Amino acid sequence: MSDLTAPGGPAPDLAGDRSYPGTLLVGCALTGVVVLLALVSFVWTPYDPGLIDGLHRLQGPSGEHLLGTDKFGRDELSRIMVGARTTVFVGVVAVGLSVLVGVPLGILGAMGPRWLGELVGRLGDLVLAFPALLLAIMLSAVYGGSTLTAMIAIGIAGIPTFARVTRSGALGVLRSDYVLAARSCGLSAPAIAVRHVLPNVSSLIIVQASVAFAMAILAEAALSFLGLGTPPDVPSWGRMLQESQELLFVAPRLAWVPGAAIALAVLGFNLLGDGLRDRLDPRLKERR
Amino acid sequence: MVGTVLRRLAVFVASLAVSTVVVFAFMVLLPGDPARVALGTDASDAAVDQLRHEFGLDRPLPVQYASWIGGLLTGRLGTSYVSGAQIGPQLADRLQVSLILVLASMVVAVVVAVPLGVWMAVRHRRPIGVVLSALAQLGVAVPAFLAGILLITIFAVRLGWLPANGWTPPAVDPVMFVRQLVLPALALGLVQGAVLTRYVRSAVLDVLREDYLRTARAKGLRPAQALWRHGLRNAAVPVVTVLGLQLATTLVGAVVVERVFVIPGLGSLLLDAVGNRDLLVVQDVVMVLVAAVLLVNLLVDVLYVVLDPRLRLGDA
Repeated sequence: MSDLTAPGGPAPDLAGDRSYPGTLLVGCALTGVVVLLALVSFVWTPYDPGLIDGLHRLQGPSGEHLLGTDKFGRDELSRIMVGARTTVFVGVVAVGLSVLVGVPLGILGAMGPRWLGELVGRLGDLVLAFPALLLAIMLSAVYGGSTLTAMIAIGIAGIPTFARVTRSGALGVLRSDYVLAARSCGLSAPAIAVRHVLPNVSSLIIVQASVAFAMAILAEAALSFLGLGTPPDVPSWGRMLQESQELLFVAPRLAWVPGAAIALAVLGFNLLGDGLRDRLDPRLKERR
Repeated sequence: MVGTVLRRLAVFVASLAVSTVVVFAFMVLLPGDPARVALGTDASDAAVDQLRHEFGLDRPLPVQYASWIGGLLTGRLGTSYVSGAQIGPQLADRLQVSLILVLASMVVAVVVAVPLGVWMAVRHRRPIGVVLSALAQLGVAVPAFLAGILLITIFAVRLGWLPANGWTPPAVDPVMFVRQLVLPALALGLVQGAVLTRYVRSAVLDVLREDYLRTARAKGLRPAQALWRHGLRNAAVPVVTVLGLQLATTLVGAVVVERVFVIPGLGSLLLDAVGNRDLLVVQDVVMVLVAAVLLVNLLVDVLYVVLDPRLRLGDA
């Protein structure tokens, strides 16, 4: 994944460009499936994902259970669907936290005095020394493992990247003539930030959000796999994978299904990010 | 160059100092009393107070912090609140195991990524280059613990070639050591290799468009010769940066892979300590990992200056 480059001016006008990179289409399709599964799970799943059925334990895929059942006879497809909900929920909250804190910090770093920019950069470096997984383990030691601690840890770990991307983009926008014109018209710094800087760095933020979403899925899955994320009664792909490990010699299928779900969801968001980047800066396409 | 290295060193020391404060403060925030946790809920207040005194928890926070830092610097990391064992030797043993795993996985990553990335760049317009790029993209999406489970399914469960888990020190049984190391090293290394492959490809593609490479070709060098003599050193600069960052990521990512393969490394020590609420062990292990991440970042910064002469000239 290449770094995002700072825009020298307004966001490119995409209205006239009718071409869509293949990565963008595949990314949209895969992420669309994940989001659709999550949304549908609110109103319908083939079975209750927590329903234990001792008579149908460890069944292979069939017309009755499309993806089979686990060691408690619970329907795998239903659990995958509700797991998608967990994944999307954790991703939205974690990335939302990163955006809500990181973007204003990035704009402050770009528009404020030089020392403030340095301070934001150094604080970012410090947070980067605590990867999401380590932060989540520390939070778990203090508050116990839960979905909330996982989301907070993933969100905090993502803040520096959003601050950097936003600052880099904002510095480019602030050098442009239209910002100079706005300043000479007497527009205040907050007004310039809201009316000119934020809209023009939004494309960078959207691309970064897509990549951060993929990272959030990976981090949530890892934490749930370790038993430090989603609690056992809530289906999540990472926990399904953890539960499958003891049955690898009996039913390896139980690992393949949530494993494929994690990989395809991450692939989808990565491709979406790459595709959006290609659309916004076609020069980068050749380099990747 | 010396000035740049000294500046980076100063940033490293400052970051490390602030990190110790963050980690210490984090653990002090903990609700509950480690002495009470160690003795159980039935213990008398007098016994808990006695143990708090033995742990040094009744001292002022700055004194506790100074004592902890002193211990970190001298290798005397204190005793576990739960088992009463010395943390230092235990941590050193576990760190050794984790480092072996991480270094083996980085070797796998480099061996896979460098030739494959160069080949993909040279053939980036051909179908095979496109297919390999797609595979690398897929590899990036697979977390290491999932790769581990898939490798166990194939090589331990289906084929029975390698053990599914476990760890034997090399001094005890070198053959078993290697057999048990292969799958976890592959799990970590292949995923990191997929990420690295994309950066190698991108860096080599950039180099292939450079004028100096065209000049080398005009002088009569074959494409492979030109790339080997003039291109790879330039392509190495961004790749080394990514490799360093990956090393830091892998150190932390190994925590999960150690759990998959039941390896007694730093990750297992950390997770067991979290489970037992053995807070001093958590604090020490987290600090060691954070220090390792910062140290790797420092080494990458320094190596970056060494590899890229332009940065040295800029410094002068």
